[in-house]
Amino acid sequence: MAEVTYLEAIRGGLVEEMERDPNVFCLGEDIGIYGGAFKVTEGLLERFGADRVIDTPVSETGFVGAAAGAAHMGMRPVCEMQFIDFVSCAYSILTNYVATARYRSFLPCPMVVRGPSGGYVRGGPFHSQNPEAAFLHTPGLKLVCPATPADAKGLLKAAIRDDDPVLFFEHKYLYRRIRGAVPDGDHVVPLGKARLAREGKDLSIITYAASVWKSLEAAEILEREDGLSVEVVDLRTLLPMDDDAIVASVKKTNRALIVHEDTVTGGVGGEIIARINQLAFEWLDAPVRRVAAHDVPLPYAPALEDFVLPQTDDIVAAARWLAAY
Amino acid sequence: MATTLSPPTVPAALTRTQLLELYYYMRLTRTLEERLVALYRQTKVVGGLFRSLGQEAVAVGSAYALDRSKKDILSPLIRNLGSMLVQGARPLEILLQYMAKGDSLSRGRELNIHIGDLERGFIGQISHLGDMVPVMAGVTLSFKLRKQPRVGLVYVGDGATSTGAFHEGINFAAVQHCPLVVIVENNGYAYSTPVGKQTAAERLADKAAGYGIPGLTADGNDVLAVYDVTKEAVDRARAGGGVTLIELITYRRKGHAEHDDQSYVPAGEIDRWATENDPLDRFVERLAESYAVDRSEVDALDVRVRDEIDQATALAEQSPAPVSAEALIGVYADPPVMPVQWYRERRHG
Repeated sequence: MAEVTYLEAIRGGLVEEMERDPNVFCLGEDIGIYGGAFKVTEGLLERFGADRVIDTPVSETGFVGAAAGAAHMGMRPVCEMQFIDFVSCAYSILTNYVATARYRSFLPCPMVVRGPSGGYVRGGPFHSQNPEAAFLHTPGLKLVCPATPADAKGLLKAAIRDDDPVLFFEHKYLYRRIRGAVPDGDHVVPLGKARLAREGKDLSIITYAASVWKSLEAAEILEREDGLSVEVVDLRTLLPMDDDAIVASVKKTNRALIVHEDTVTGGVGGEIIARINQLAFEWLDAPVRRVAAHDVPLPYAPALEDFVLPQTDDIVAAARWLAAY
Repeated sequence: MATTLSPPTVPAALTRTQLLELYYYMRLTRTLEERLVALYRQTKVVGGLFRSLGQEAVAVGSAYALDRSKKDILSPLIRNLGSMLVQGARPLEILLQYMAKGDSLSRGRELNIHIGDLERGFIGQISHLGDMVPVMAGVTLSFKLRKQPRVGLVYVGDGATSTGAFHEGINFAAVQHCPLVVIVENNGYAYSTPVGKQTAAERLADKAAGYGIPGLTADGNDVLAVYDVTKEAVDRARAGGGVTLIELITYRRKGHAEHDDQSYVPAGEIDRWATENDPLDRFVERLAESYAVDRSEVDALDVRVRDEIDQATALAEQSPAPVSAEALIGVYADPPVMPVQWYRERRHG
């Protein structure tokens, strides 16, 4: 078991898949000679050559569409969004073309669109977004949001091997801040299966991506200061969503708190709550609550960003309210 | 806009049999669409109906320049039914598709000619204009990366040249030297909008200069001119010469779709194109003058086309509608079927 950063785990997954399958290739802006804005693809050009590590024009629609065409022909392209904020430039072709190709036309479209998402980095409105909810509403896509190095690698390898298009949200706050063990060998984590990040019996926090770490921190505080046993469910994949894991945890603790970094209105949390209402309402001892970002574009100044994004204290406060309900 | 251009200087290097085949595909396109109109009026075509009347030479002449033995691939636009027929789509398949039948190529999921078959070399378009340019850039990128001697052809209309997807796709393909031919079918109108409101460029082919690729223009109602100009671009692409943009000048004699009364078209314009510049009439004259094809041979082909379409219509009418629950199949490879409407019934676990 090697200890690597979240970023190194992603790069390792890419390298292993490119070595395993000659159909895998990367395309995106500045990913070749520069190694990508965050250096995720550093060294890949030297290792695999310019045919498999393609520097593209600034054209998200262009290279996402091209990836789809290559995928139809049996290749397995991996597109990098320099920042995931720019995936909105490819929103139309992803939702209208890529997501529907199999259903409409029986065309395979095995491709990955990956890139750095998320805030807490003073990136301002266009380098901090969490656009996953915009795609949750699109049948045909799969959405992956890893929180740990092991998952980042294992889920990326699964995403590349998957026969459906996958959006892979890497949290940039975690790139170099999180280091963890990654199992040796061909480590593949299946899509659609949540992970129990922490076991508990009094309350369930259902979350994903960087919010997993804030939720774990909150769980420590709640145990230490309140004697509460808090369970943390890391969804890992938003589409397909692991209803069984959500329901199992809610039935066990009878109290649920959804935590995500994206804005609250229309966020993934609302969908999770709807599913809990449908599948486990009778087990609830309290209304399901959400901790999420305020409904504003994400501002730049630390005093503003820290106020808008959910913090550990917000999670602790909501959990205390739920536990006392 | 000029209604005619001078004929090509180099005659198409086609045999007599091939020339008759070109005529056959153009007639097949026109008669099949006429049959679809009849079925539309009987409400047997359940969605919109798009015609290529007067534009048949564009689709047929260009697709004919591809090499089916090398597995070239094209992606048609809404008025390129003829290109799909050349690639091997059968009239029955088109009828089943328009009539939303369960055994249609799209299994009732898609409209009109939004259908594809990779084996026969056509990929179905979507309604978002311009999107097929980046997709075909990727298809042809795969040919390049795998060193396959294959070529791709993508059709767009004059309207789609205004989209970002067109620009991004053609630029990507040009930079990557993909073996791609982009045909801009300039038929004068995008829905009701004339080309003059679509672009300030004198010619749509002029846009090629901005991508560093050759831009050619030809008379889209002269099937041999269409064939020649496309063949030149296809040969260049196959030889590693990259992308070519071709503007084919034609005219849309019907509305955007069958419901459109074309009230926005200046009086006399449609009739003038119909009487002076019909691609089938022109080709029949050319066949008689230059290739000694007499009227009886042409008439025999017309009869063959009508018989084929009659037989296909009879079969299509007998075909069943799709099974409703099959709507849940095939959104993903995995899971193969969407969970059965779990949200519509209250479950108690």
